This record gives sequence, structure tokens and C-alpha cells, in this order.
Amino acid sequence: MLPATLVLTCTSSLSAAHRCIRALTAVQAERGAPQLYTAVTRRTCSSVTAPRITTHYTIRPRDKDPRWEGVEMERFADQADVVIVGGGPAGLSAAIRLKQLANEHQKELRVCLVEKAPQMGAHTLSGACLEPSALTELFPDWKERGAPLNTPVTEDVFNIFTKNHRIPVPILPGLPMQNHGNYLVRLGNFVRWLGEQAEELGVELYPGYAAAEVLFHEDGSVKGVATNDVGIAKDGSPKDVFERGMELHAKVTLFGEGCHGHLAKQLYKQFNLRENCEPQTYAIGLKELWMIDEKKWKPGRTEHSVGWPLDRHTYGGSFLYHLNEGEPLVALGFVVGLDYTNPYLSPFREFQRWKHHPFVAATLEGGQRIAYGARALNEGGFQSIPKLTFPGGLLIGCSPGFMNVPKIKGTHTAMKSGILAAEAIFPKVTAEEADSETAGLHVPEYAESLKSSWVWKELHSVRNIRPSFHNPLGLYGGMIYTGIFYWILRGKEPWTLKHRGLDAHQLKPAKECTPIEYPKPDGKISFDLLSSVALSGTNHEGDQPPHLTLKDDSVPVARNLAVYDGPEQRFCPAGVYEYVPVETGDGMRLQINAQNCVHCKTCDIKDPSQNINWVVPEGGGGPAYNGM
Amino acid sequence: MSKKKSFLAIELQIRVKPDHSGVVTDGVKHSMNPFCEIAVEEAVKLKEKKLMKEVVVVSCGPQQSQETIRTALAMGADRGIHVEVSGKDYETLGPLQVSKILAALAKKEDAQLIILGKQAIDDDCNQTGQMTAALLDWPQGTFASEVSLEKDGIKVVREIDGGLETIKISTPAVLTADLRLNTPRYATLPNIMKAKKKKIANVKPADLGVDLTSRLEVLRVDEPPQRQAGMKVETVDDLVSKLKDAGKV
Repeated sequence: MLPATLVLTCTSSLSAAHRCIRALTAVQAERGAPQLYTAVTRRTCSSVTAPRITTHYTIRPRDKDPRWEGVEMERFADQADVVIVGGGPAGLSAAIRLKQLANEHQKELRVCLVEKAPQMGAHTLSGACLEPSALTELFPDWKERGAPLNTPVTEDVFNIFTKNHRIPVPILPGLPMQNHGNYLVRLGNFVRWLGEQAEELGVELYPGYAAAEVLFHEDGSVKGVATNDVGIAKDGSPKDVFERGMELHAKVTLFGEGCHGHLAKQLYKQFNLRENCEPQTYAIGLKELWMIDEKKWKPGRTEHSVGWPLDRHTYGGSFLYHLNEGEPLVALGFVVGLDYTNPYLSPFREFQRWKHHPFVAATLEGGQRIAYGARALNEGGFQSIPKLTFPGGLLIGCSPGFMNVPKIKGTHTAMKSGILAAEAIFPKVTAEEADSETAGLHVPEYAESLKSSWVWKELHSVRNIRPSFHNPLGLYGGMIYTGIFYWILRGKEPWTLKHRGLDAHQLKPAKECTPIEYPKPDGKISFDLLSSVALSGTNHEGDQPPHLTLKDDSVPVARNLAVYDGPEQRFCPAGVYEYVPVETGDGMRLQINAQNCVHCKTCDIKDPSQNINWVVPEGGGGPAYNGM
Repeated sequence: MSKKKSFLAIELQIRVKPDHSGVVTDGVKHSMNPFCEIAVEEAVKLKEKKLMKEVVVVSCGPQQSQETIRTALAMGADRGIHVEVSGKDYETLGPLQVSKILAALAKKEDAQLIILGKQAIDDDCNQTGQMTAALLDWPQGTFASEVSLEKDGIKVVREIDGGLETIKISTPAVLTADLRLNTPRYATLPNIMKAKKKKIANVKPADLGVDLTSRLEVLRVDEPPQRQAGMKVETVDDLVSKLKDAGKV
């Protein structure tokens, strides 16, 4: 279990030396394993309380903390016209469209975009099979501009896997999985290209700076965001290099944090945006990139599967895409719906054992794995779309969630939502007189235009496919439903099926479930968790409060471990959570290896006690995906 | 004047190119060399103490070197010089060529002090500082863990194998920064924004009269051999017999 704590501490762009020094001087000063130090010394001998795990200021406020007395907390503030949180397809499309409109109408517009990844695309992970519709709207000349859409889909294969065999399913035109006209892309590279286009148009991009706090005007409308503070030690005290984050004020702020954004989580509560929609449901997607044997390489081939190794009541499936970028590269991955009920299920290990299916292993044999990563994705679709606008801001992209679940595509709808947001706010932010009741502009026109766009029609037509899975026949019932109601009737049935509720509430207690016997990784096709995490290139400044915060430090052992056998040990794709024996006496404690985190957000979603609150760590930390 | 270099970020898994000519660098995350960050920090500290008037940062490389220069400008440097070297020239760019460039720039800018990181962590050469000093015929204070400017020169405490060595050198001089010289500050967002207004001049090596041909040729790059599994033995006799079998004894 120990290797998880010995992750390298040297890291990314802006303060690499700083962290390198921390690592080397820490070793020299014999501080040993900082996490053990914190847990042991924080535990008081007299009380039976849990060891203190969470030191983040969102849980332990600094205004009452004596260590913060006299520390300068004033922040530098700057004003922009529009601030965009998140440099993914939605955020960048919105930024680009705003600047396109500004140039067209010859208006000055200051657009600032903050992104927690150290460079654009470094936190982007997706299959991905891109429908170019929204891209063509944004840049009709995307091909001439060199957009990295190099692999048109040539073959579409869909199988139901059994343990050793497969049942091919014909992809008839009209079925959601049909991919003619689409492109297999490395979305990280696409996002990087979008970033370059945005910079050329004059968008101010700030990768490496995470938006950590939403700022409000006196009237309650959103004023902007503040970036993360830097230089806080692991125990929550200020270091010599402590510096406050910066405030970015805007007339309107766009939140495009991707699936399950942490600021969006706050905004839902603040403005009651979810009162008329169902709770969002999710899946976790794990992905690897492989260099395969050239003889097996079929560029443009798209394979999807359902069935083995998942049982018919656990939603999920796989993808395997043959990319055409000059080398025999395949992108493959596995998605597991987070409404699974068995706490012994490990999405990572399901993924690893799926690769051993004869059909998949045949492609991978003789190849080499070169990348790994994971991210949560939305499955709620139409029923889970919240209210999209509030005074001073709006939500775009996978954050509110516009994923077409049966197609497993959300990039084109995310981009379209960004474009529509830009078009809706442009007249308002460039108007001479602010036409708004609140200091932060309210732009309900965005939601209106989205409702009359193809995004809404598309999501409406597939709204019943995912929930149809919840029937006694499970997967097969869902496929029958899709065949009848989507393929034949185009989703025009008058009813809307409901989801089952929060994913976190679906777990059954461990004693009601049977542990799953997973095969050991063979080191050639399947691998162990830690070597996989190493391939994600993830790292964080070691000496900072863990960003996986717990509302109550005693809940993990008291509830998650006691009732559910600690499911976080299994659903985290990066080995962040470990239950280890306490140093003295009996019992276990939760150890959080925050440095391993790949920012997938699964823990925040699936924690049965909803005790884990993911907040953003110091900007620049996290995975270092390259074209994932 | 301070010199920085950008390299592949430390926590990444590096891949050797299929033709064994080098490592894959396309799209891979680049970071500023840690020792260079320390060098920049030291230069900025000297300026803040009013011992130096201006801090100029130099980087040799392709377009993305500009980002590294911007970070240094955000830390407090005044202006930057980007020496454009790209493509094949960049792949063969080594300490000797860089030293020649720095020497030429030092003369052009009339610099009093050149501070570099002691070595780059991708090639671990530890040569550029020393070569630059030799080309300029300037004294050098390498592996500096403490630097103080005094009336009659610079006192440098150097980290050496046996401990610490204190020397005094006259100016102009070359210093190379070692780990314990300082803790570099974070480049905060307001400073990054201000840095956008600072100037970065573009220079070509040919303008400085420097010839970039390398006297070294990389023949081959290989990954380290796969670590073989170890074996556990129960008794000493067992160990001895296994060693004999393997021909080690």
C-alpha cells in the first residue's frame, strides 16, 4: 500500500523549482512522509476523535485561525468585460465567438479565460468521436486553419461481449451509434488548437490559474471569480511564499468547468438552479492510448461494445478508436455508470479485465501503452439540465450537461452552448447602457436560444434511452427500447422516464453484496493502478492542504468503511483514497494521497455519504495529458 | 542577465522516438528548468536590494521559449531576449553554442553579471556557465548557495563535494545557481498580466555572429533496460550457489 505515498514531488510549469526544492529540502530536513506526520500528531490522545485529515480553508476557516493573524488578505482586482472559467471546448468556443463578434462589429471587448491546467488541453480527456457540426459553425474554414481532425470514421462496429465471444449488432442508419461523417480526434490536441485560435483573436488565456472562488456583488449577483491562493502549507498555515489569488471582475461570468464543476456546485445551491430538474447522473470514463502493431492498425475504425465484463444491470461499455495521425495509435477506454450498486465494483479493474477479451486483446497484443487517464461524464441528459442563467453569470458545456448519452458525444453540444452563450451576451456587454436590474448582467436569452436550437431537439429525442436501462431486463431492455422508440419513433413518445436519483444513494451496503474477484494484471495488457497513475503525469505541489476535503473527518471510517467497505478505494481511478491501519492501536484511518488526483470528480459524485467535497488545488497541478 | 531553459516536465513518462534519435517532445508539457528559476529569483532579489539596475532574461529556443521568458518577466525581470533557434538547430543546440550566444549578448548588453542555473535537468551537462565565463575571460562562482555583493567584488559560497567553499571574485562575473540559493517566488496572475506589457526582443544567432554547428553528434537514444525481477533466497548457501550459477563468483 505504501508506494502510493511516495509520488514524486517535482512538478509543472510555473514554479517547478519551488516544488523541486521543497522535495529535496524536505527529504534533507527529515520530515519523512508528511501525511503520516500530520495524521499522527493531530490525533489527540485523550479523545477518541478521528485523526484530522482536512486542513483546507474551505472547511477550517482562516478568519478564526490564529496562524493567519496579521496576514495580508487583500486581493489585487482587475476588470474585464467577460470572464470565462474553464478552457475546454465550451469555454474556448464562447471566447472565440465573442471575439469574432467584437471584430465584426468593431467593438472593444476584454475576454479573460482562466484554466487550472498548466497548458491548454492538459486536463482534457475524451474518447473522442467528434461531430463537426458546431466546429463548422464556429470556423467554416477549420480544415484550412489546421484543426486536428485527421481521422474520418471509416468503419463502425458494435458488439455485445460475452466472456469469450461477441454478438455483432448492425449499426443501421438512424441509430445513435452511427458515426458516418464524424472524426476520431485527440481532444486534448483539439483543445490546444482552439486555444491557439482564441489567442490569435485576442482572448486573454491564463492556463495554470484555477478559479477558486465566486465573487458576489452586494445585490447577490455574480461579480466574477478569484483565482487560487498559493503558498499554503499542508497543515493549512501560511508559508513564506504565500500570495493571495487575484480577483477578476466581469459584467458576466461564464462557467464552463466541465462535468461536475466545483464552482457550479456552489452556484446550484446559491441560486437554487436545480429546483425543477432531476439530479445529474454520471459515469466514469477511463482511457488509455496504445501504440499497436502496425499490421493490426486500421485507421478510422470505430469499435464500441457493451456487455462483458459488466452484468446486465450495470450500465457501461467500451470504445476503441484507431487514430490516423501518422503512427499506429489507438485510443481505447471503458465507461461505467456511477449508479452501480455493488460497492465492491472497481471501474479501473473492470477496464483492465475488459482488455483481455479475445476481440480486444487481439488488437493490443504486441503493443505498448503510452498514456492513461480518467474523467467523470454526464449521463443525465435532458432531464437533468438545470436553470442555466442567474444574475451575473451562466453555465455552459458539460457543467450543466448537454451530453448525448447513447451517442456518447458531448463536445459538439458543449461547443454550441458556448457559441450561443457568446451570441446572447454580446449585445448586453457591449451596450452603452447596462440594461440590467442587478450589477452582474442577467442574460436569460441564452437559455431561450438554447431551447430553440438543435441541441435541445437532439437531447430531447434521446432523453429516454438511458433511463430505459432501469428495467428487469437491464441492458437488453434498454436496447429494445432504443430500437423501438428511438430508431423507429425518433424519441417522439409523449412520456419522459425518470432517473433513479442521486448516484451516491445507489450503493447497497457491503454485507448485501458479493466481492468481485478481479484477475491480477499481467503487465502486458492489463496493469496495476499505480503504474497507470504514473502515466497520467499527474502531480501537485506536495506541501498544500489536500484538495479532497471532508465535511466531517470521522465519516469515512464510521460510515463509508463500516457500511460500504470503503468504496472510494475502488472507484477512484488514481489511488487517492486508502484505508490503512492506524499507527498505534487497532482500527483504520483514511489516507488521502491528494498528489495522485487526476481531477476526475468521481469521488465527489459517488461518495455514499456525500462527505467529500472536491475543491480546486493550486493551479498548474493535476494531470499532464498529451492529446487525450 | 540571467539565462533560462525550458525542458520536459519532471513527472512525465518520457518516450524514446521509434527511430532512437531522441525523445518525443511534441505536445509534451514543458516547464522552466528549476535551477534557472532559482537564478531568476536571485537576479530579481539583487534588483530589489537595489544592487542591480536591470534584469534581462535570455532564452534560446523555438517559439515556446517565449512562455518561459514571460514567466521570468512575471517573477520580476525587466525585459527578455529570445534567441530564435528552431528545428534541427535546436535539437543539436548544446552548451558550447549557448555559451557563445551568451558571451556575444553579454558584450552587446554590457552586462555586469550573468546568472545561470547550474545545470539543466534534461541533459545534466553543467557546462554552460563555465564555458561562458571562459569565453568572456570572466571569473566564475559556480554551484552558488549564497551570493553577496560587496564593495570589492562578489562573495560566493559554493557547494562542493567536501562541504562549502567561500570565494571572492571580481566583477563582471558569471554565477551558476545551486539548489539552496533561494526559494523562487510564485509567478502570480497579476504579474503575468503585467509581464505581457514587458518587452521581449527577438534575435537570431547569426546576428550575434554565432555559428550553431555542433561538434557533437547524438548516435542513439535508448530507454534504460527493463528492471529484472529480483529473487529471494532462504539461506546463505542458497545465495552463494545462485551467485556461482550466475557466474558472479
